[in-house]
Amino acid sequence: MSENLLKLYAEVTGNEVIDQLRQLSEHLRGMKIVHINSTKSGGGVAEILHRLIPLKQELGLDASWEVMTGSPSFFQCTKVMHNALQGNRVEMTGDLLREYEKINGENAQRLHDRLEEADIVVVHDPQPAALISHVPSRRGKWIWRCHIDASQPFRAVWKYLKGIVSHYDASIWSLSEFAQPLPHLQYLIAPSIDPLSRKNRALSVSELSAVREKWGLDPGRPIITQVSRFDQFKDPLGVLQAYRLVKEFLPIQLILAGGGASDDPEGEEVLDQVRKSAGDDPDIHILLLPSDDHLTINALQRISDIVVQKSTREGFGLTVTEAMWKSKPVIGGDTGGIRLQVINHHTGFLVNTPEGAALRIRYLLKNRKKLREMGEKAHQFVLENFLITRHLREYLTLMLAIMDASKDRIEVQ
Amino acid sequence: MKEPFAVKDCALIALATGEQAQDLRELRDRLQTTRISCIYYHFWGGLLRPRFDDPEYQNDFSIWVSHSLHDKVLAERLALINPTDFEDLEGVRGKLIDVIENRLDEPGIVPWANPSQRFYFVRSQIVVFDTGTRILDPEDLGTIMPHLSAGSIFYHFIDARRRTPLGNDDFHEWLTGFGERFSPLIRSISAIDPYFTTLTDLRTELSAVLKKHLQGRNA
Repeated sequence: MSENLLKLYAEVTGNEVIDQLRQLSEHLRGMKIVHINSTKSGGGVAEILHRLIPLKQELGLDASWEVMTGSPSFFQCTKVMHNALQGNRVEMTGDLLREYEKINGENAQRLHDRLEEADIVVVHDPQPAALISHVPSRRGKWIWRCHIDASQPFRAVWKYLKGIVSHYDASIWSLSEFAQPLPHLQYLIAPSIDPLSRKNRALSVSELSAVREKWGLDPGRPIITQVSRFDQFKDPLGVLQAYRLVKEFLPIQLILAGGGASDDPEGEEVLDQVRKSAGDDPDIHILLLPSDDHLTINALQRISDIVVQKSTREGFGLTVTEAMWKSKPVIGGDTGGIRLQVINHHTGFLVNTPEGAALRIRYLLKNRKKLREMGEKAHQFVLENFLITRHLREYLTLMLAIMDASKDRIEVQ
Repeated sequence: MKEPFAVKDCALIALATGEQAQDLRELRDRLQTTRISCIYYHFWGGLLRPRFDDPEYQNDFSIWVSHSLHDKVLAERLALINPTDFEDLEGVRGKLIDVIENRLDEPGIVPWANPSQRFYFVRSQIVVFDTGTRILDPEDLGTIMPHLSAGSIFYHFIDARRRTPLGNDDFHEWLTGFGERFSPLIRSISAIDPYFTTLTDLRTELSAVLKKHLQGRNA
């Protein structure tokens, strides 16, 4: 099998990192690993899987990726579940739950042989969680990967989901704060970004200019950007408020760029609120981009002076990682995984209000040297901690560790 | 002939325990009962996981007490606990509890953290694997040292202290098998403090010590 992909990563991370992956995976060669999520594109989970699977394959694992198929009401149900895990008090009707279970049953039937014979099945987020109930004769280890900040879930919905995910052999959470009591091992693995993807690779000056021109951005004035779905927890209205507070002093431009995801029917409503709030200000650019327009997102982050991620709830915040990789200081909401990445006064600032965001934007635009220093630290921090190679190492470690789950120390021969 | 030195590597994977603390009394109570692997993780795990350089405080307990309880006095006292000063991690646990109880005995208000900034006890599983590299001659240790991974440094220089009967690092143990020849080198290696540093800096220190002693022998 060709090892070109690993060589490309070695150019970014150094050979030492790749050698370690090869040594770890020696003990997992040929294992059947199946990942399942609910969308092939849009959102951080799909982006990670797009590269994680080929890397595992190149390391000799028999890895595959399956995607749930479902009805609009199934995705409506899972969106409600998603919001409930993030703390929203939402109603889950019996009809929606029946659809959830029915679709999971249908997908389990479709994937039955593959799931039954897999050595390890990694099920991402709530959408496919109930598959496990339909594969009673499974022979491998089943792991539920929760990408959501479930630190304060709406109890009624969590109680339902807990009844399902308790059957897994283990779960994976992005932060210890997110983990809920469950009767199995709860691993902690932070997500990652792919430095070679279209969204993160280096871009030429002409590629950047083309994006500035396409969206009518003035290269002579500072650009502040937030990239995220139009979701209430990302607080785009708070970003608009911060922009207006800064605009009184500095001639900034604001970009709110978001991609839709096929499992997010709620985005349109939030987008309408944002458009109304923005009014006809020509310096506010609301860009609804296709979920696969990674090059534009990449360019928007690179042409920005500062990137904002003013979430009030956040799973991990991969857009923060992406911006930091591009040497941008990030002004982020003091929540969830943003705290793991934005180290106050080092790689950016943590804020709690639109006023706080405005204050830090003004500070950084006034202190350009500090802005550059923070950006460089941010890039280095991501290089050492949040690239896909670290993520892959932790998955491989987990696969070896879960085979001997009762031990704190596992020596593989 | 002395057994070759088998270079191993390791990777840690963290696990949530569900245990948490919001104030100092809760931290003390959890410390009394939590698994010893939690103490290990919160003292040593920082070397192998995402962490921004925090030269002020080296273990997770002191960082939390400073950043979330805002008790700088206690944070300084906790930061000074060096796990290598103790025979085992139970000794470290005892010292942590002593220091916290002394603070609790002092008059004043027991501080508490914002609910979103609780201390979460984490433990880890360590997976150890063979790199396939073997060192036959101590002279070669100096050549290989700069190329060892951070995981190898962690396993042989830090984790070894839990495994070896006298709590030594693996390099120390292996070199001892060559008799008195390498005693000065062993003493220099043992003098390196593994605590207030990073794995990369440790590798640099070890390489420098090996270079100095082995070059001297060849001269």
